[in-house]
Amino acid sequence: MDAILFLIFAAIALGCAINVVLQSHPISSALSLVGVMVALAVLYLLLGGPFIAAVQVIVYAGAIMVLFTFTIMLLNTGAESRPRRQALHTAIALPLVFSLAGLISYLAARQADSSSVVTFGGFTRGDPHTFGIALFTTYLLPFEVTSILILIAIVGAVVLAKKEI
Amino acid sequence: MNFFVLSLIKTALVAAVLLTTLAYLQWIERKVLAHIQLRPGPYRVGPHGLLQPLADVIKLVIKEGVIPANANLFFYLLAPILAVSLALTSISVIPFGPQVEVFGIKTNMELAGLDVGVLFVLAVSSLGVYGIAIGGWASNSKYSLMGGLRSSAQMVSYELPMALAIVSPLLLANSLSFREIVDAQAGFWFGIIPKWNVFAGPFPQLLSFVIFLIAAFAETNRIPFDLPEAEAELVAGFHTEYSSMGFASFFMAEYANILTVCCVASLLFLGGWQPLWPSASGSDFVPPALFAGAGLMLLFHAAQAIRARKWDRFSFPVFGVLFLALAALFLVPALKPVLVPLFWFVAKVGILVFVFIWVRGTLPRFRYDQLMRFAWTALFPLAVLNLLITGLIVALAS
Repeated sequence: MDAILFLIFAAIALGCAINVVLQSHPISSALSLVGVMVALAVLYLLLGGPFIAAVQVIVYAGAIMVLFTFTIMLLNTGAESRPRRQALHTAIALPLVFSLAGLISYLAARQADSSSVVTFGGFTRGDPHTFGIALFTTYLLPFEVTSILILIAIVGAVVLAKKEI
Repeated sequence: MNFFVLSLIKTALVAAVLLTTLAYLQWIERKVLAHIQLRPGPYRVGPHGLLQPLADVIKLVIKEGVIPANANLFFYLLAPILAVSLALTSISVIPFGPQVEVFGIKTNMELAGLDVGVLFVLAVSSLGVYGIAIGGWASNSKYSLMGGLRSSAQMVSYELPMALAIVSPLLLANSLSFREIVDAQAGFWFGIIPKWNVFAGPFPQLLSFVIFLIAAFAETNRIPFDLPEAEAELVAGFHTEYSSMGFASFFMAEYANILTVCCVASLLFLGGWQPLWPSASGSDFVPPALFAGAGLMLLFHAAQAIRARKWDRFSFPVFGVLFLALAALFLVPALKPVLVPLFWFVAKVGILVFVFIWVRGTLPRFRYDQLMRFAWTALFPLAVLNLLITGLIVALAS
């Protein structure tokens, strides 16, 4: 059951990810990206991380991507105009893409230690309680550094926007 | 019994009740608004307009669905489907009552008991904005686009105070599951005041309850925050170009969202299915007494000589007997543990839904900049303050 669901949602995630690149209209690309986020959330859920799955949808799909679509709609950008594809480009690019993908998957398969591979239901520390404790004890410093980084980004954005107004 | 069969039965039951409620919410809204404005409201279809929702559904289904020129067809058709399916999804994690035993089968009164049910509702409702935003954009109309833009900005802004307001009851219950949060609110202070979160310990969650309700009005695009469909400026906002089933889907999504936020508010702040006072002091007899009272009143009016309306000669006695039968149902020992908690839950949700309609009948609409300023300069700091105080109290208590 888990494996079937994994295959379905992995396929959806991959399909949407490819669609992000293929679509010529920015709105279609952005919404495909939302599809990737939601499918990834389901994969997190299958791996035993309900909290991460929910946060993934709330933050990425529900807030960040909304801002993306908001900006695209506000600027009202049209479909992207593409230079005419030539057969030569495709002929060179496709083998390169496939060999890169093959290389990456080969390396990943070789590097991964079979004992540390996550299995369905094997990971039980994904609940909010353990997550919170890990975040505020083991990973406190990275967590705080990230929040300060985000604060700096916000201040920077405000300063830049003030100059424009 | 088989888990699969049981889930199917429960899903069918909830879906049937939910869809009927959604149709009748619109009737209730029109009736309440009409009575606020001293009008009778829908009256012609069936007794007291009770068949009006059915007539509306038939009208909307057989209407022509107009697709505007140069609309993005795929997204134009996708938007209402997205809106209504997401709005209906979140009801699946809402529990309606405690664990009950019907015909020897023990089951929870809910469709799916998620450990992170609160987060699931937040996640699904945060996706709901796409239906509105895409619908507004794909219609290829400036009014729709403005509505879609406004709604995405508004819903992202109000999600923050809403989420912060939700965190306080989560802290108090130390859980993310609706069922555990409601269980944590069981019991009574001094044996009479319920331990609901709005009456909680040293720091009652009144402020976060109000913040949640205000944010909920904005999340569901209701007056006074219905800027995405402000009819004075935007015709009908994001659904200007929609007719027939597309329009009906957006309408259904709005009512489903109202129902969901009212359920969440009553679960998180009003103790869900916990009664208003202890059952030892007779709170179990409130529902039968209320229904019996209503039934007797209808029968009394039916016996009166003054009857202006012809329908009432039929509807008053019939509904009077129906209400008396309902009251008798609450006294059956086998059904009592199911019906009494359900009554308290439905009563709380119903009162909140009434508040939604009441506010619509009373308040004017905000201006757009006021709406945004209110969210970021008033609601957000207040929500943070409330969260800090609650966190401090929880930390000191543990």
